[in-house]
Amino acid sequence: MNWLSNWTWPTRLRDKGIIGMNRRNIRYIGRYNNRRLYPLVDDKLQTKLIAQTHGVTTPALIGTVTTQFGVKRIGAILKKHQGFVVKPAKGSGGKGILVVDNANADDFFKPSGERLTLTDIERHVSNILSGLYSLGGSPDVAVVETLINFEESLMAYTYEGVPDIRVIVFQGYPVMAMMRLSTAASDGKANLHQGAVGVGIDMASGHALRGVQFDRPCHCHPDTQQDLASLVVPQWDTLLNLAASCYEMTGLGYLGTDMVLDHEDGPMLLELNARPGLAIQMTNGEGLRRRLDLIEQQTEKRSPEERVAFAQHHFARQSELVEHPGPVDA
Amino acid sequence: MSRLPFYLIVGFLLIVGIAMTAHRHLQFEIPWLPGEQRQVWEVEAMVTYNANDGPVAVDFALPSHQQGFRVLTENTASSGYGLAYQADEYGRRANWTVREASGEQQLYYSVQLLVAPKSQPEVKTPPELASTTPWERPYDTAANQVIERAWSRSANNATFARELIRDITGEQQGENARLLLTQFDSTELIVRLLHQAEVKARAVSGLVLKDGRRRQTLSSWLQVFSQDDEQWWLFNPATGERGKPDNLLLWEAGGQAVLEVQGGSDSRVTFSMLTHSQPAAAAVRNHLSDDTLMNFSIHSLPLEEQALFQTILLIPIGALVVVFLRVLVGIKTSGTFMPVLIALAFIQTSLVTGLVGFLLIVAVGLVIRNYLSYLNLLLVARVSAVIITVIAIISIFSVIAFRLGLNAGLTITFFPMIILAWTIERMSILWEEEGPKEVLIQGGGSLMTAVVVYLAMNNPMVRHITFNFLGVQLILMALILLLGNYTGYRLLELRRFKPITDDEPGV
Repeated sequence: MNWLSNWTWPTRLRDKGIIGMNRRNIRYIGRYNNRRLYPLVDDKLQTKLIAQTHGVTTPALIGTVTTQFGVKRIGAILKKHQGFVVKPAKGSGGKGILVVDNANADDFFKPSGERLTLTDIERHVSNILSGLYSLGGSPDVAVVETLINFEESLMAYTYEGVPDIRVIVFQGYPVMAMMRLSTAASDGKANLHQGAVGVGIDMASGHALRGVQFDRPCHCHPDTQQDLASLVVPQWDTLLNLAASCYEMTGLGYLGTDMVLDHEDGPMLLELNARPGLAIQMTNGEGLRRRLDLIEQQTEKRSPEERVAFAQHHFARQSELVEHPGPVDA
Repeated sequence: MSRLPFYLIVGFLLIVGIAMTAHRHLQFEIPWLPGEQRQVWEVEAMVTYNANDGPVAVDFALPSHQQGFRVLTENTASSGYGLAYQADEYGRRANWTVREASGEQQLYYSVQLLVAPKSQPEVKTPPELASTTPWERPYDTAANQVIERAWSRSANNATFARELIRDITGEQQGENARLLLTQFDSTELIVRLLHQAEVKARAVSGLVLKDGRRRQTLSSWLQVFSQDDEQWWLFNPATGERGKPDNLLLWEAGGQAVLEVQGGSDSRVTFSMLTHSQPAAAAVRNHLSDDTLMNFSIHSLPLEEQALFQTILLIPIGALVVVFLRVLVGIKTSGTFMPVLIALAFIQTSLVTGLVGFLLIVAVGLVIRNYLSYLNLLLVARVSAVIITVIAIISIFSVIAFRLGLNAGLTITFFPMIILAWTIERMSILWEEEGPKEVLIQGGGSLMTAVVVYLAMNNPMVRHITFNFLGVQLILMALILLLGNYTGYRLLELRRFKPITDDEPGV
């Protein structure tokens, strides 16, 4: 009966408070997310614009290109910027994102050191506009924004890519958080199913709770060997406040917020997701059900700060990771 | 947010559905299970012709009791026409007449036939030999040589006919036969040669019965009177095989014309057919209650539409299976209802042929689509190119299959081409974005779903119930609504979330 050992009973999942796809779709997304509001989060440019009007920090917008004849203006837009990111407004899964971290009068350099000319960048922008990277190939808009200077204290926990922090916000309350660390296996992408390490984060303190790669527990980063137990997200309270304020900003009741830490400007909102996945339960080793139920019982109207305090008080947990003296062998 | 209206709707659908089903069972004595009664074929003939603005007489052959089939009831629909049935030693005929008709005219005749393996034809005397008109040169020598060749290799009338057929249409076809075939069509020629050799024979018209077929035509067959056994033998004029296939209905068995129209042109006749099972008693009652105004079921439609509905009514079953597999099991498919369409194609092609065909088309399509992605085309143009590619693949496979003698390969054309093109497009994008593993998961999931849907839709019991009990559709609707309300775990999630329920890590 070996194959049975990979399966569990529904009752055990229910005891753990795990939420399945069907429940998420009907009880949370269907009930709390108004279809009309989806374009706000599916289009990164719209997200950025309303974030600016609501005072939510996002990487600064340098400019946009909306038409093929506007592609020629990209040189003028990029002038005087040392580093920038070009991305499609409706891209998904990190496709079509071009990062330039150094530029002089003629040449642009990617973080890998590869040299690009202005023509290369124009071609990339043109591809974005024609829908090469957007869902279903629909015409898109290219967004140019400033480069984020990543928080150095976290760089040891990631391989190539950028660690981002996902917080699920339910009716304005942050309920669960995780950090996604890219690995060699995930090819520098922060996608869990491609092999990135997911780290559950304690809501109260920002400490790592537990690490998971390919759905199995892990204690250190597979490439850098950095011990996950020592991982603490800096400026945790600011980050939660940022996440909580996205509720007022979008009106979506069940929301995934993706953030990064800039070492000068602190937490910044990268993008929002109206259909956040369920893998966050795996990285936390805990189901969302109890936390969501508790929040559904709240009738009192609270400000974002009060909601963050509520979440930090009720959702605090002890780390399951044991601090090791030094890097351990994986 | 009350769920009460939802449960009211579901309850209402269930009650009405069950009541309709029960009513049909009790009122019309339609059994729950197929197979415990006799099989009945309903065959509808549609005669079409263009009238020449004047009096018209249409003479149409009708089937009689014969080996394997018994005529139960028959109906005609032909408003404004006078109608008379006639029967003589050559068979039964219907005679429609009208004083004034113009434009395209349609006459319907439908017959219910009971499959009765023990049924025997009424004994009929063989016809007198037709006086043979003499051949012109050089056909006379050719005819004599063909007859002599077959005669020498045969022992009696039946074997003579077999040899003659082989010489005329089979592999042994010689120069003489080819010469004669320039003057006559093969069945007519064989009959003429048989008569010349003083063997009593005639050409008859038969209909191959296949469930749910529409717009079928008659095929010609050969009857030879065997002096030794005092009975008629039936031959397939194309192959020389003797004996009547079980599903062959002899529509015209007297050697007469099937359809004769006076005062019209462009006349033709097409057939639609359908089989179902019912008790012989109910068959008679159905006939009696046919004309009541209250008979609002699909079964009061013309046969051609009924045959169409037989498939349409199966689609909800396919949809239910898909909902079940996605909501309760959690199987990923590429395109939500693509598996249902593939399963419909499987019904036409049979399972194994369908699976092989599907895999071949998608695999070749993926390779070609892979090249198209280098060309960097816009989406609509790219999918259109894939559609043309799919059509090309299907044509090539059909030709290859035909050359290799695999007639099953020809059914590949039943696949929905646009759906296949989109499947290829989606799989290809999936391959680029998520890698071949995800393609295998989703492709395998779709194919598995399609096979399960096929097994459900092709089940004789399911076909019987969906076609005969329309109330079942409402029950299916209620079930699908209920499944849409399910918030529990999917089967595959029990596996996905298993690691959480393992006890604390670090052990």
